[in-house]
Amino acid sequence: MAIDLLIGAVKAIVIVVMVLNLAGLLLWFERKGSALIQDRVGANRAAVFGLGQRLGLPNLGLMNTLLADPIKLFTKEDFVPDGADRFLHGLAPFLALFPVLVTFAVVPIGDVLEIGSRSINLQAASLNVSALYVLATLGIGVYGVALGGWASNNRWALLGAIRASAQMISYEIAMGLAIIAVVIAYGTLDLQQICRIQGGVWFGWLPRWGILIQPVSFILLLTSGMAESKRVPFDLPEGESELVAGYFTEYSGGKQAVFMMTDFAEIVLVAVLITLFFFGGWQVPWLYRDGFRFPGGAHLALPNVVVAIAQIIAFWLKTVVFCWLQILVRWTLPRFRYDQLMRLGWKGLVPLGLANLVVTAFVVVAIGAK
Amino acid sequence: MPLWLFTFLAVIAIVGAFGVILQRSPVHCLLALALTLVDVGVLFVGLGAVTLGFLQIIIYVGAIMVLFLFVIWLLNLQSEAKPNGHLALKFFGSIGAAALAAELSVFFFSAQPISRVTSTPSGYGSVEDLARMLFSDYLVAFEVTSILLLAALAGAIALARRVPGAALLRAPAEIQRAARPGSTVR
Repeated sequence: MAIDLLIGAVKAIVIVVMVLNLAGLLLWFERKGSALIQDRVGANRAAVFGLGQRLGLPNLGLMNTLLADPIKLFTKEDFVPDGADRFLHGLAPFLALFPVLVTFAVVPIGDVLEIGSRSINLQAASLNVSALYVLATLGIGVYGVALGGWASNNRWALLGAIRASAQMISYEIAMGLAIIAVVIAYGTLDLQQICRIQGGVWFGWLPRWGILIQPVSFILLLTSGMAESKRVPFDLPEGESELVAGYFTEYSGGKQAVFMMTDFAEIVLVAVLITLFFFGGWQVPWLYRDGFRFPGGAHLALPNVVVAIAQIIAFWLKTVVFCWLQILVRWTLPRFRYDQLMRLGWKGLVPLGLANLVVTAFVVVAIGAK
Repeated sequence: MPLWLFTFLAVIAIVGAFGVILQRSPVHCLLALALTLVDVGVLFVGLGAVTLGFLQIIIYVGAIMVLFLFVIWLLNLQSEAKPNGHLALKFFGSIGAAALAAELSVFFFSAQPISRVTSTPSGYGSVEDLARMLFSDYLVAFEVTSILLLAALAGAIALARRVPGAALLRAPAEIQRAARPGSTVR
């Protein structure tokens, strides 16, 4: 009993630490990546005693983004504007971060790890309706942003909050439709089960990944996910040229850092969902529980621990690829106009999602398969 | 669900419900209501109605409460300085509250005491269970409700839709004159 509790706690801590670290690294990814795209040098200043320089290494700006900036942010004055709702102003950043982080509780990062006689399911919370859980936590996510903007007692912040909540509600529908179509195609709401179904191969070599049976849902989820995380080209809630910084205009120091962390955790979440639903989650092509079975009949037996580690690495590699894709889109496209944003959501994605849902349902009933 | 967890969640639900009626600022009331609804959703999940619990959170907290927030913002509701209302309102209000309390206590004391704990059958409250009920026993009610909701949706869009130029046609005559090109009326 006690050991089960311990295993559960370790799993929960491991996944949160992984996500938070990845979110922090993404900040560096974004700064250096945007510099690469715009032909700049990017962060290259701070260093610890010039150690890297003495060894002749280029300064990659890791100290800037991972150490100097957080220290600066957390030692800054925590400013609350006059006339603001102090309680909600303090609560809002955490209300924004919390739903994103708890969503990772149902994310499977691997299949089964066997230690001794115990087999550990590499998923913090095994829930058989985990897709519904994801939709529920995504639905709560809007409160932090909305209340943060309202509680600041600032026009820019309120406008940003209204834009953010309208945008998030609109794109949640498209996101839900995409997830429902995937769920119908797989016949289960369990994210771990969805990953397992994507395990086999077609024609002896083609991995059975979801992108091949639900390509439309992939586009829907990617687009609506980016809109949910409020990033360029969907960054109207915080559009710098119009609203100063939108809903977090009046935030400084640690609370602003929490809002920024939420942004990056949301990028990770969208990438994780795309990986889980469409790119096999933790599946490595041709890797089964007992090792590789290559097309052509070659078999390479591997111990369970190696398989589990390979799966975890594959999962995070795929996630990083989709994080990078989102950063790439952000630094490539300009911002939408507000009417374009709403038209894309309501007249583009929602009808497309409904059509995809109907077609999926017909096909599933016609072939009678899961 | 252990009893201590149930008690804890039940107390939070009641505290949230009191917050809804005792807070002055409408946004604080709304937040208290959202807390209560999330909490009731968690209670549903803990008591075996897993699907219902999550749907409660998705629909009530994720959609309806956000709509309430919009209404509060658009109507620009301010905090109430003090509880307003006439003496008559308070009088009839307390009669209603007393009647409700009496009714609840009659039900509470006339109910059968809980002699044994019955566990829910396996699969109870699952998505499959809910879907089977909706599409067999309650098919007609389900379809009628969905048509009703669709009609309400179409009606809402029809009411909110702006026909180009319609506002101008309905405006008083002097505004129409002022809006005409070449008009000198400001």
